[in-house]
Amino acid sequence: MSKIESGFVKKNLPDKITKIGGVLLAAGLLLGIAGFLADSYRASFAYLVSFLFFLSIVVGSLFLVALEYAAGADWSTPFRRVSEFFAAAIPLLLLFVIPLFFNTTDLFKWTNEAYIKSSEMLQAKSAYLNTPFFMVRVGGIILLWILFYWVITSNSRKQDISKDQKLTKKNITLSVIFIPLFAITITLVAVDWVMSLESKWFSTIFGVYLFSGVTLASLAALTFTSIKLKENGYLHSAIKEDHYYSMGTLLFAFTAFWGYIAFSQYMLIWYGNLPEETFWFMQRWEGGWKYVSILLIVTHFIVPFFALLSYEAKTNIKRLKFISIWILSIHFLDLYWLIMPSMSKNGHAYSFSWIDFVYPLIFVGVLIIVFAKMAQKFNLIPIGDPKLERGLNFHL
Amino acid sequence: MASGKKLHSITALFKSPDEIINAAKKTTSAGYKKFDVNTPYPVHGMDGAMGLGQSKIGFVTLFFGLTGAAFIFLFMWWSFAASYNIVVGGKPFLAAPAFIPITFETTVLFAAISTVVGMIAVYFKLPDNSHPLHDTEYMKAVSGDKFGLVIEAEDSQFDKVKVSEFLNGLGAYKIEEVYYPEKEEFRMFSPKFLLFLGIVVIATCGTTYVTLNKAMYVTPFDWMDYQDKLVAQEKSNIWANDEGMRPPVEGTVARSDMPYPYMGQTTPTNVLVNPTFPNKEILALGKKKFLTFCSPCHGNLGDGNSRLNGQFPNGPTLHSDKIINYSDGMIYHIMTNGQNAMPSYARQVTRKERWAIVDYIRVLQRAQNAKESDLQAVNKESVSNVQN
Repeated sequence: MSKIESGFVKKNLPDKITKIGGVLLAAGLLLGIAGFLADSYRASFAYLVSFLFFLSIVVGSLFLVALEYAAGADWSTPFRRVSEFFAAAIPLLLLFVIPLFFNTTDLFKWTNEAYIKSSEMLQAKSAYLNTPFFMVRVGGIILLWILFYWVITSNSRKQDISKDQKLTKKNITLSVIFIPLFAITITLVAVDWVMSLESKWFSTIFGVYLFSGVTLASLAALTFTSIKLKENGYLHSAIKEDHYYSMGTLLFAFTAFWGYIAFSQYMLIWYGNLPEETFWFMQRWEGGWKYVSILLIVTHFIVPFFALLSYEAKTNIKRLKFISIWILSIHFLDLYWLIMPSMSKNGHAYSFSWIDFVYPLIFVGVLIIVFAKMAQKFNLIPIGDPKLERGLNFHL
Repeated sequence: MASGKKLHSITALFKSPDEIINAAKKTTSAGYKKFDVNTPYPVHGMDGAMGLGQSKIGFVTLFFGLTGAAFIFLFMWWSFAASYNIVVGGKPFLAAPAFIPITFETTVLFAAISTVVGMIAVYFKLPDNSHPLHDTEYMKAVSGDKFGLVIEAEDSQFDKVKVSEFLNGLGAYKIEEVYYPEKEEFRMFSPKFLLFLGIVVIATCGTTYVTLNKAMYVTPFDWMDYQDKLVAQEKSNIWANDEGMRPPVEGTVARSDMPYPYMGQTTPTNVLVNPTFPNKEILALGKKKFLTFCSPCHGNLGDGNSRLNGQFPNGPTLHSDKIINYSDGMIYHIMTNGQNAMPSYARQVTRKERWAIVDYIRVLQRAQNAKESDLQAVNKESVSNVQN
């Protein structure tokens, strides 16, 4: 319990939080293993959905940290630690990706030799889509993220003690390098993990589509967590509705951005009407998937758009908290909609299964535990940051 | 000051943003409603200090944005799907995905323009775009580096002496009374302004005209408009009748064109002889052209069973005895010249292709009316194929 000149008091988060995380993790692991034993094929797809959900939040959070440095934003400085704590789970990606490596033959059609031989297009693609290169790529990307996470956040933590302004300059340089690398790596993630499930399908905007979802999810996680912390008095008392208004505006902007990108992708494919592109949307318009697609449009775009449109919605933090949880769940639905129809095409008749919904428990549990551990070790606010004072005094 | 003038307001000038925030707070708490603050740049926290609520202009934006969306979507629906149907790219008439970008653009356009126009109209009280505060020392000061506060005479609590004292008490360094102009005038309609507008219009149009129609055609940038050549339909004085175009010499034939001697005869006494030998290549060509040009009426097998059956004069079967007994040249003649409802196909199908079609029709005729001997021949052929 130490008070610094800005008025921030460090309090420990209650142990209850770690316990909740532990219970979720244990339940998730147990059910997850049961699901894997029941139907390993389905389980690998369900695991991939949750893995990408986790990846969205942790890598998106690192992007938000970099964005703050690169843009020179003041208002978000008091919240930067929240994103940094989420990003602290990035090294765990190396662990969580291992089960997927064991199931590549179930997940990806391009691992099937006979299937590749049946099409000239797949033969040409196999220079890129082959298991060794895939694993190198995935591993390399995660290592790159870990590197940037490590350098940027350790600079930020060092600043808590040394109050050295040069560290901010260093982080600005690092962020400016990281952002284009993030653009490339997130595109590769979209291509490798989602687009290649349908090995013949291609859409050049797909990386941007995933990016919009990733940013939205990490923003929603940031908004939800910081409101929760603020409500319970763990954040700085100077943080007020003006800050939350800015967060709400960003959520609103990225909701509109997601709608824009999703529609651009759909309209070009619809207009071009080429069979090698349209089949992907046809899959998602067959049978019950039609209703999931409509649900996605309504819940991912129309509802958040109108819910966040007014000034009141963005300053009322109760409502904002609800919307951020909404957006997080809808991002899960989005990933589900992207990935699961590819499974139903492999001879599995489609229906919902409990297996689809057990893996998020693992990842949500891990996120909570990591967050609580980090909050124990480090300040919830970057107390040495030269921008902090301006950030706290932020006015609209 | 002349007493005949009507008082508009009392203005006060302050030197720092802190003073003006403080002054605004005190003015609000003193109960004044009709007052305003002028600062050289936006001062944070002023909305709160002045006790202002949320601007209502957002509703104007929302209303006109939705109006724009509804208007353009209904307009597109009416023009593409209701009033006059046009097939575009094989899409449905009400092609909603294709309409959305335009709907989006129009929503933004309506919302943006209505916001700007609404704001100007409400705050400037159009058409009266002049304000008593314009052209005063006060306005000059607050456009530079001073901060000003105005209490208007229309306020219910307004009292000249009290307000001056009140403003003095706030620490204003200069207090000034502002009067309405003696006679009301709409500066928007003053001859000076109208003259200025007129000059702008004439200058813009004139420059555009000169640039696009004159300056762009100055040599050597004349876009090769003037050349020493004769354009079709142009006059020429080389020939006595001034005609630039010369008629072709009698009996001229276009390149690769072969005159057909029996054109226009319904029952020719003489026809051409088939110059082709029905090999694989010719039959493949004939099949392709038959399926393109003949099958829509005569059917894929030439049996008259086509998808246009019942919608169009029925193409007869090509397997009647009459047609089987026609010579190759006669079938060629019908294709070239046309017969009954069938027009001439000489323009669409070349000579070689027409003969190829004749050969293919012969194939169809034999296949559709196969005899026992044909079957044996096919069997023999397939046996030899197997042995090979």
